[in-house]
Formats: sequence, C-alpha cells, structure tokens
Amino acid sequence: MYDVAIIGGGVVGCSIARELSRYSVGTVLLEKCSEVGFGTSKTNSGIIHAGHHSSPGTLKGQLVVRGNELFDTLHRDLNFGFKRIGELVVAQNEEDVAVLRKLKTQGEEKGVIGLEIWDQKRLQREEPNLSHTIISALYAPSAGVINPYEFAFALIENAVDNGVELKVESPVENIDIEKSGFVLNTPHEKIGAHFVLNCAGVFADKVTQMVGQDEFTIHPRKGEEYMLDKRLQGLVRRLIFPVPQKTTKGILIIPTFDGTIMVGPTAQDTDDRHDVSTSLDGSRRVFDSVRKICPSITTRDTITEFAGLRAVSNTNDFIIGTTKVKGFINVAGIQSPGLTASPAIAEYVCDILRAEGLSLEYRHDFMPYVPGPPRFATLNAEEQGQLIKKNPLFAKMVCRCELVTEAEVHNAIDHGARTLDGIKFRSRAGMGRCQGSFCTVRCMDILAERLGLPFHQITKRGGNSWIVSEMVNTQHPKVDKES
Amino acid sequence: MLGRMEGKYDVVVVGGGPAGMGAAIGARDSGAERVLILDRSLEAGGILMQCIHSGFGLHYFKEELSGPEYAERFLEKVIDHDVDVFTDSYVSGIAIDSDGTKGVHVMNKEKGLFTVETRSVALAMGCRERTRGAIRIPGTRPSGILTAGLAQKLVNMRGYLPGKRIAILGSGDIGLIMARRLVLEGCEVVGVFEIMPYSNGLTRNVVQCLDDFGIPLHLSTSVAFIHGRDRLEKITVAPVDQDFRPDMSRASDIECDTLLLSIGLIPENELSQRLGIRLSVVTGGPWVSSTMETSMPGLFACGNVLHVHDLVDFVTRESLLAGQFAGEWAQGVRRPKDNIGLSPGDNLRYCLPHSLSPEREHTIYMRCKEAMKPCRIRVGNLMEKKLRFVVPAEMIMLKIKPDLLEKFHGETLRIDILPAEEGKDDI
Repeated sequence: MYDVAIIGGGVVGCSIARELSRYSVGTVLLEKCSEVGFGTSKTNSGIIHAGHHSSPGTLKGQLVVRGNELFDTLHRDLNFGFKRIGELVVAQNEEDVAVLRKLKTQGEEKGVIGLEIWDQKRLQREEPNLSHTIISALYAPSAGVINPYEFAFALIENAVDNGVELKVESPVENIDIEKSGFVLNTPHEKIGAHFVLNCAGVFADKVTQMVGQDEFTIHPRKGEEYMLDKRLQGLVRRLIFPVPQKTTKGILIIPTFDGTIMVGPTAQDTDDRHDVSTSLDGSRRVFDSVRKICPSITTRDTITEFAGLRAVSNTNDFIIGTTKVKGFINVAGIQSPGLTASPAIAEYVCDILRAEGLSLEYRHDFMPYVPGPPRFATLNAEEQGQLIKKNPLFAKMVCRCELVTEAEVHNAIDHGARTLDGIKFRSRAGMGRCQGSFCTVRCMDILAERLGLPFHQITKRGGNSWIVSEMVNTQHPKVDKES
Repeated sequence: MLGRMEGKYDVVVVGGGPAGMGAAIGARDSGAERVLILDRSLEAGGILMQCIHSGFGLHYFKEELSGPEYAERFLEKVIDHDVDVFTDSYVSGIAIDSDGTKGVHVMNKEKGLFTVETRSVALAMGCRERTRGAIRIPGTRPSGILTAGLAQKLVNMRGYLPGKRIAILGSGDIGLIMARRLVLEGCEVVGVFEIMPYSNGLTRNVVQCLDDFGIPLHLSTSVAFIHGRDRLEKITVAPVDQDFRPDMSRASDIECDTLLLSIGLIPENELSQRLGIRLSVVTGGPWVSSTMETSMPGLFACGNVLHVHDLVDFVTRESLLAGQFAGEWAQGVRRPKDNIGLSPGDNLRYCLPHSLSPEREHTIYMRCKEAMKPCRIRVGNLMEKKLRFVVPAEMIMLKIKPDLLEKFHGETLRIDILPAEEGKDDI
C-alpha cells in the first residue's frame, strides 16, 4: 500500500513525484507509455514563461510566476538544459502597442521582473532579423527555454533515486474505492494507495470518471510545431511572440535550448485524444504567421514537424484540488503555462495533501542532485580530450548531424532510455537533419546489447512501434531476374 | 583496417567511399608520396558496401559488378598504391595555417583527438538522403517510415526486414532497387509513388526493378497523409496538380506497415560549411574549378559531396581527376587559373565544374531541368551537338577539347539544352 499514487508521468506528475520524494512518504507513479514525458510534455514548446501573459485572477496566473522563480534552483540541482533567454512580444500597429502596455501593467502587478517596452530602433539592434514592420516590443528578461522531455527525465530520475517507484507501461484501467484506500488496476497488477493524484493530462477526465466523478471535461487542443535546420541558429536570440489572441499566445519563434529554431504551435480543437497528426493547413498557418514577424523563415527550412495535445479543461483554468471522493485529488486541465507552473503545482499539491491529513516529514537524506548528461558537441577541444581520456567511447561519433558520441548513447541508457526515442530525447542522437537515417542502426545495436533485446523487440517509443519485423529468410529460393 | 599514421601527409582524403578511394589513387598516381584516407565507418567502401545488387562498373571495368565487388577492387588498388587508411575515424574540422598547411582534426577510439598535418585535402564525404521533414508529409509520426538507404542497410547489412507491406515514396534509384530487393525477400511492395511526371531513377532500374516484378509506378502522385499511432497503418495517396498540390477528391487510402522514402539525396557538406567553402545552392556541393579545387586553395572535392551522381563509374572518373590535382597541389604544382566561367542556360539545372581552362580537355557534367527529346546541346557559340533525349534522372556528360576553348574569348560560356532543329545535323 502506497501513501500516494500518481497517475501520469508528464512534467506535472514527475514534478509532484520529485517534490514528494523530499518527504518520508511511499509514492508510486504510474505511466501508460514506455517512458515518462512521452505524451503532451514531449511536444511542449519548452518555454518558461515570465508570467505576464496570464491573468492574475486565474489559478494558472497565480502559479506561473512562482513556477518561473523555482527554475533556477531546479536547473542547478537537476541539470536539464535551461536558459533565461528572454522573450519579446512584438507589435505591428498601434492597437498592438496598447496590448503591450496592458501586458506590462498586468505583469508588473504580478511581480514579473524587468519588463521593458522597446522601440523599433532598439528592437532592430537586438533582433536584426525581425520584420521591419514591427514598431515596438515588450521585453521580458525572465522568460527562458528548456527541453521539456529532459526536464521530465531529470525529475523522475531524481524522484526514483529518492525512493519513488516508477511503473511504466502501466495504464490505469479502473479504480476500486475500498475502505483502506484506492486500488488501481493496471494490466499487470493491482496497486493500493491512500491518496490518488490524477495527473493524466488529456485523459484526466476519463480518470476522474473511474471514481464516479464528472465535474470537468478535457477538450484537447492540438498544437503543431515545425523544427528548422540548425543552420538558422542565431536568427533570433529571444523567444518571439506575436500579440496574444483570445485562446492562444499565438505562433511563436522559439530558439530552443539546443539552439535549433522551432516555430509553432497552432491551436486546433480536436475530439480525438490520440490525434497528434500535423496538417498542410497547420503548416501554412504557422509559416504564414511567422513570416510576418521574421520574413526570412521558409517552409524549406523544416527538418521535422510534430504535434501535441494541450489538456484544456472546460473551465479554461487549472483544476487542482480535492474531490467528493476523499483522497482523490485532481491535477487536471494543465494547459499553458503548465510547464512553467509545474514546480509550483507540485508545491501546491503537497499543501493540499498535508491539509488532507498526509503527514509530510522532511527526509534528511533527500538528495536533490542529478548529473546532467555529457554534451560532447558543446565542449571545447580540451574538455573533449579529457572526456575521451576517461572514456574512449567519447571519440566514437554515432550521430553525425548533432555530433553525439557513443558514450552519450550509453549514458542515455544508463539514465533510463529504453527506446530509440528515449535515446534521442536524452542524447539528441537522431534529432538532426538526417533524422536518424545514419545512426538508427547503431543506436539499435547499442540498445540490443545493453538491454539484451533482439532487434525486432526494439521500438521507437514502446507499444507497437517496432522498427524491424523479422530476420530475412535465407532459406527460401530466390529468383534472380538478372542471371 | 588501420594503417600507420604519423608525420605530415601530402594529401588527406576525407571519406573512404568510391570518391575517396578514387581521389587517393589519383593523388598517388600524380606522384604524391603520402596519402591518407580517413573514414568514419568501421570499414572503407562507403555506401557501396550495402549495395549488393549488380550494375556497378559497366563503364569503368566494362563488366557488371556488385557494390561490394566494385569497392573491393578499389580497396585492392588503394592498398597497392600504398595509401594509408584509417577507419572508424571522424573528421571534426580542418584548420588552415597561413602557409597553406592544413591540420585535419580527427577523433577515434584508439588515439582520441588528434591533428593530421597535410598539404592538400580532398573532400569526399558523399551525400545523405532527404527525409520526411524535408517534404513535410502531414499526418502522424509512427515507426515504419524510413529512408530507402536505411532500409537497404537493415536488409543487406543486418538481415532484417523493415516491414511486410511496403509503399515507396519517390522513384530515386535506391527506392527502385529496394522495391525489388524487398519483393525478393518476400515482402509485398504495393507501389512506388512519384510526385513528378517522370521517374527520378535510371530507366534501367524502372524496367529491371519495377516492371519485371509487376510493381506499379504511380507518376504525378504523392503521399498526402500518414496514418497510424505506434506503427504505420496506412497512407493516403493523391494525384497532384501542376503545382504539386494533392487533389484530395481523388485520394485513396493504402494499407501498409512501411513507407520507404526515396526522395532525393543531399551532398553532405557540414564540414565544408564550417570551413566557409563556397557552396552552390543548386547542387548543394562546393563551387569547384576545373581542377576540382574549391574556393579554398588546396581543398578539393569530388563524388557525391560535390553533386549527386547516377553511377559510381562517373564518381570514380571524377575523383581520380580530383585526386590528381590534389596530389599535384601538394607537390607544389600550380596550374594556371581558369579563365572561362561556365553557366547553365536553357533547361539546365547545373553544370560542373564551374569554370574551365583552355589548358586541358574537360568533361562537363550536367543535369537538365525537364525531359526533352530529341534535343541538342549548345555550348556558347563553340559547338552544338544532337542528343537523343535528356531526362533529369540521367546526368549529361560532354567532353570539350582545348582547341575549341581557345576560340572562346568571352568571360562565361553558357550551355543550353534546346529542342532539336529540323534537318540539322551534328556540327
């Protein structure tokens, strides 16, 4: 019997797991995919918002600023990639400028630091590649970028190091409410817990229905993102936002933590909770919109595209709190700025658990650190030489596009990668312009060797995402047309 | 395979595929003493090693060889020529000293990070395949979508099938070869879909790999959507209009678990880019003079890193030449600068090299924009020649003799492919 069971291993579930691991409580996290962060989190834009976009009257507006503040410590402890590169909301006309002023006031009231309005001259000096039709911009220095999947990996790794149990490929199919607590049924086992935290993202309303509740619904909103070739690195140095629309912050230009430029996301409501398809229409919308801000970006720069689903609730705000079912707590409707708010959500949830009677005693042996993955490509020659001296596998290039070495692929597996995507999102092998055409087989070799798996059991991201079907049959007679 | 590697080299060749081997041999034949090939794979031979089909060497050896056989013959030559070969070695950069000496930065498991000094360098890194991202096919992102070359590696080098029911997007040669290969291995190949109104592969491959096996080739058709959550389940294909937009009213779904992409090759010039070598936006490869020298003195380029070839035989011919000039350069020979620019005119996408010199005979490599037949090729006001046909999938080659070039007094020689003129014979 666990004290707490967390359903869902996105950044929210993982943040809570890590926060709970500070205390002497038995926590289990159940994730339906083969690794954490493989749902909405993986496809997140990776922005740590300054906080001035969301209204202070909402829960998301309250948690975002605190979340932002927490990232410096988190980054220091967990060593995922994080940089405060700042953001600019750009205005194309006088109406937009009025919005900038409103955002500035709203932000200042909420305690967002360093907000400045830039005139055209300043903007062109700082970001010379933006359209010259832009007349003004609101600068927020505290906004940053992270790799959201690395964040989830680091959180869960640290949580597990501190005693949290992680069960992957464990979708919760139904929940029994018993006297002693809850019993969560997965295809493999029954898991008992006193408290259940529903962090199931786009499926959170389905999970709440498992305990007979229906107080909210989730309406997935799809976002398509387009990743551009690395040669555009440096085109913009800060996050670039258009003036926000009603339902979305608009289509952005995102210099990701690794320097690759990403453009997106779209905002399209969908009924299908699995629909992560991209579309011609989406691509058109993204590039039409982005070109107004940065005219030199073209569709031809795309190296890959993907889509994710925002878990938008019917209240359009976070739904975090207790329910009529004692011990069942919703952490749902976590849409933007959910990634930014996630560490604050974790604190908030711990407060709720405490109020509900869970005794949270601080553990003196809590160990907050996770070493970051080595990043050979980012080091200077001397540092590279030192790494190679320690481990000659650093001298063996696996991914020639992102310059990922064999030692880094092994490191990814050491830190939990079980699939090709697991390797890719931890080490960047296969993330570059050839999209794995050259390194896939090598990564499969290493996975096969390390996990003792036959080739046909290696998957892209678990489930039915196999890579090869079977051995070539060397027995059957062959027809040789050319002889 | 590891040779010795010490001291200063005359020529270092980056890449040990057919182009690199040709360049190394050419360099030795020109009299360069010390030549080194660096290759990032475990063995030299490049992509030839996974091309177990036949059809290589018809021009160069006058016989039909498989890819590994062709590579083997060159490897033997490389060894006979006393060329050092270092495999499993990655070239991370090249530094150029003020005196023209080059330091090639290498890393491998045995020696870690080190620098090899050399007088000249031949770039022969080959090319890579375009991926799904390059053409932005809408839909989901399941497993089962891979480049034809990756499938070829899985099947031929590792003995695994990429799936059972295969569709192929693009009619590049590797895709056509893999269509046949997978049928021979018991897979079902449901069809090849090509967005252009013509095949992008060699005619002989369309005949021998598709027609002979009853695999349909759908021209002016593209994949408009990808379906499947974990693994590819089906694709939506649709005919395209003149602007290559899919006509969804005539779209249909095809069930398959694998989609191979054979949608073109891109010269792999990350290293060249880092060096600041001038690249052509059309070929994606370096800008080269008639000695195959790039915009950086003493750096030469050949093979698919320069432009994508149809046949390895032509790669060999081109790289022997590049190697010869790289070798000469190392020995201090400085050829007179080219004084005639070369530019593609009507119906030509590109012509290579980018300049000529009346000092020597040249072979010009060209690719047309559109199929035309019959037609003629016109080289400035110097010559005109009838051609039976031109197609974008097949490289056009033309020899130009020095006496002809001596007659040219302009700055840039323009080459056009024009419709044939009635009743006019070869000049």
